[in-house]
Amino acid sequence: MANVINIKKGLDINLQGKAVPEVVSAGLSDVWSLTPTDYHGFVARVLVKAGDRILAGTPLLADKNHPEIQFVSAVSGTVLEIKRGAKRKLLNVLVQVDAQPEFVSFPKENPSDLSAETIQARLLEAGMWPFIKQRPYDVIANPAVQPKAIFINGFNTAPLAPDYAFALKGQAAELQAAVDALSKLTAGSVFLSLPGEHAANELKSLKGVEFRYFNGVHPAGNVGVQINHIQPVNKGEVVWTIDALNLLPMGRLFLKGKVDLTRLVAVAGPEVIKPQYVRCVPGTALSALVGGNVHKEIPLRYVNGDALSGQRVDADGFLGAYAHQLTVLHEGTDVHEFVGWIMPRFSIFSASRTYYTWLTQKLFPKQTFAPDTRILGGERALIMSGEYDKVFPMDILPEQLLRACLTLDYEKMEQLGIYEVAPEDYALCEYVCTSKIEVQRHVREALDALKRENGD
Amino acid sequence: MKALRNLMDKIKPTFLEGGKLSAFHSVFDGFETFLFVPNHTSKSGTHIHDSIDTKRTMFWVILALVPALLFGMFNTGYQHYLAAGLLDTVNFLQIFGWGALAVLPYLIVSYVVGLGIEFTVAQIKHEEIQEGFLVSGILIPMIVPIGTPLWMVAVATAFAVIFAKEVFGGTGYNIFNVALITRAFLFFAYPSKMSGDSVWVTLNDTFGFGSAVSPVDGFSGATPLGQAAIATGEQVQLTSIVGEPLSLWNMFLGLIPGSIGETSTLAILLGAIFLVVTGVASWKIMVSVFAGGIGTVLLMNAFAVNAYMAVPFWEQICLGGFAFGAVFMATDPVTSSRTETGKWIYGILVGVLAMVLRVLNPAYPEGMMLAILFMNIFAKLIDYYVVNANISKRAKRALVKQNAQK
Repeated sequence: MANVINIKKGLDINLQGKAVPEVVSAGLSDVWSLTPTDYHGFVARVLVKAGDRILAGTPLLADKNHPEIQFVSAVSGTVLEIKRGAKRKLLNVLVQVDAQPEFVSFPKENPSDLSAETIQARLLEAGMWPFIKQRPYDVIANPAVQPKAIFINGFNTAPLAPDYAFALKGQAAELQAAVDALSKLTAGSVFLSLPGEHAANELKSLKGVEFRYFNGVHPAGNVGVQINHIQPVNKGEVVWTIDALNLLPMGRLFLKGKVDLTRLVAVAGPEVIKPQYVRCVPGTALSALVGGNVHKEIPLRYVNGDALSGQRVDADGFLGAYAHQLTVLHEGTDVHEFVGWIMPRFSIFSASRTYYTWLTQKLFPKQTFAPDTRILGGERALIMSGEYDKVFPMDILPEQLLRACLTLDYEKMEQLGIYEVAPEDYALCEYVCTSKIEVQRHVREALDALKRENGD
Repeated sequence: MKALRNLMDKIKPTFLEGGKLSAFHSVFDGFETFLFVPNHTSKSGTHIHDSIDTKRTMFWVILALVPALLFGMFNTGYQHYLAAGLLDTVNFLQIFGWGALAVLPYLIVSYVVGLGIEFTVAQIKHEEIQEGFLVSGILIPMIVPIGTPLWMVAVATAFAVIFAKEVFGGTGYNIFNVALITRAFLFFAYPSKMSGDSVWVTLNDTFGFGSAVSPVDGFSGATPLGQAAIATGEQVQLTSIVGEPLSLWNMFLGLIPGSIGETSTLAILLGAIFLVVTGVASWKIMVSVFAGGIGTVLLMNAFAVNAYMAVPFWEQICLGGFAFGAVFMATDPVTSSRTETGKWIYGILVGVLAMVLRVLNPAYPEGMMLAILFMNIFAKLIDYYVVNANISKRAKRALVKQNAQK
């Protein structure tokens, strides 16, 4: 097969509770929420007030810096409350959901016949734009800048990630429509990355994209790693990225003329009784997704996304805007492990060869683990070297870039490749770190600081 | 363990802010995290973590040092009885027991002084106690001669921990290997006590055991390296402390005078295998130090103008602290190069320098300590160039692209 890229570094962590390919419908929760903190780095302007009647597709928020970027409702109903926290920080826009969804009507058109301006305006208006992210900075794409290429990741290698072949089944037309629309927005190529095996047929048959195949363990499915191997981002360049799962609502917008954000969410993790897929919209209350399907007798942590790079969410919270996966883990505050650091710990996975799971994993590849959320050690200065390199399959020196990030040395950050990375690319580094450094937080803060510094 | 946990929970408030013993908070915290894995859960970023931590890492290095330490104890007793000519009258247990008793005070002094300072500093800075000294504390007794007075070890350890580590910010920030600074301090501050022929074998009693002995006729405490440095004639003739010729096997086993833990290449090899298999230390550094050392010796063999230069590499490796330094000191991740390419360069230069200092500079019979300390300084410079190579490669990538677009 042409265009095959082998990723050698990385780490697969086999967690318990992979979602079985069965779908249940969550139905709609009574209250639906648009949660601005799901989207990184925008200042929200509220477009509605409590009591307003809204439809699925009605804009609720806009970005203060880019007012054309809108955030729409996935449900129809009545605005219940604009919830704010300390310093009037916007927390949620809560909506009382109607029994029967009503949709804002958009024209049904073939995107191939539309101009780039029309497509862009349509995506912005219908709230599809936030699905498109950009490198540098890993934020919502700036619509004013044309990207040199668009990268679609057609698979996910994170622990317990949803199976794209299953989630995209039978929706080839939607995918094609979305790809047709996106390809008008760049003068460069649209790259689609697929796994070497078990790629979704709906993706393999797409037209108008350049295919790249990736073999290897996590993070081979991270779009940042894929970009680094396909066409790395240099200073001054901008590329857009989008998850293949997020192509579906875009395709529906053009084919059906409505905002239908329905997705299949993998409800997975060691503490889920029956891991499965749930059909729902982002913003649905978690209670509607999990119900009694979790081990409630222990403290739990809910994660919007995967266990490595997902966002923490409270049990009474809502499904994240980008979350196609809800991971439920044991919050290990009730665990007091006696001299655990010296024990063999056969049941806790470790990439370190001072434990034995690297060996048992080879002998019993199907062995799965049920980690809790303890950091399992004390925070220290960086001591061990070469740890990050083993799980960072990019042409970048991960530790040196992190050090530049820690000291906010902008010049070094640029020289060492900050424009190519997102916090999620560093997730495995944080996982394996002996010194328990909060790597993703530091990278995120550095990206934000650099964005401010550059005035982007 | 429930009872212990309950006890910890009960006394914990005493040590927290406002408690009676809050001045010992870091110490309590140190013991608590030693006994029970802290139940802190992740606040940001990754929700699950690998079960490796610094405690385990450091402890695994200590495990790797155990064979060399045990052998060092045995050898201390062996040399003692050999010097006294009493080897035939004692059994293995007596030899080992005597040696263990002789070495134990050094271990205790090193740990008490070093950890005492670490605990105090952690308390002053309101930080958690760091584990770095657990390894330094066992390394220090292993790299000093058995005849070193204990108070000197105490002074040197205090100096090294304070001025080579704490002033830089603690474990992870130090530039020099702490244990080697201890040895360097001893070496330069008390040269008369740290070199020469009398410090490598102890003839005294230890805690009243085995009474002080007088050496047999022909006794000389000179280490093989010391002998080689002053050798004249065609070939270096190495002898044991009682004047019998040394076999390569004895050098490899470590039945020769030297610093407590450094003599047995076999025990060090076991430790090296353990460190490499568990991935705690960098095999790249170990391999490159040996490669650099062997290459240098081969070169000197080829152009030998004196007997020392003609000593074959297998003897050079077995003698002195070369193997010990390569496996346990040069591989310290904090003070060595942190880039993968840098590790090769760093290791090779340590090996080359160690042999050059050892053979070509008659003032220092042993070159490993100075070679590693010297390369500790240059490790950061090597990294600087390796990182710069990456930077210019990346810059070129962007440039090629710009040209292609034109």
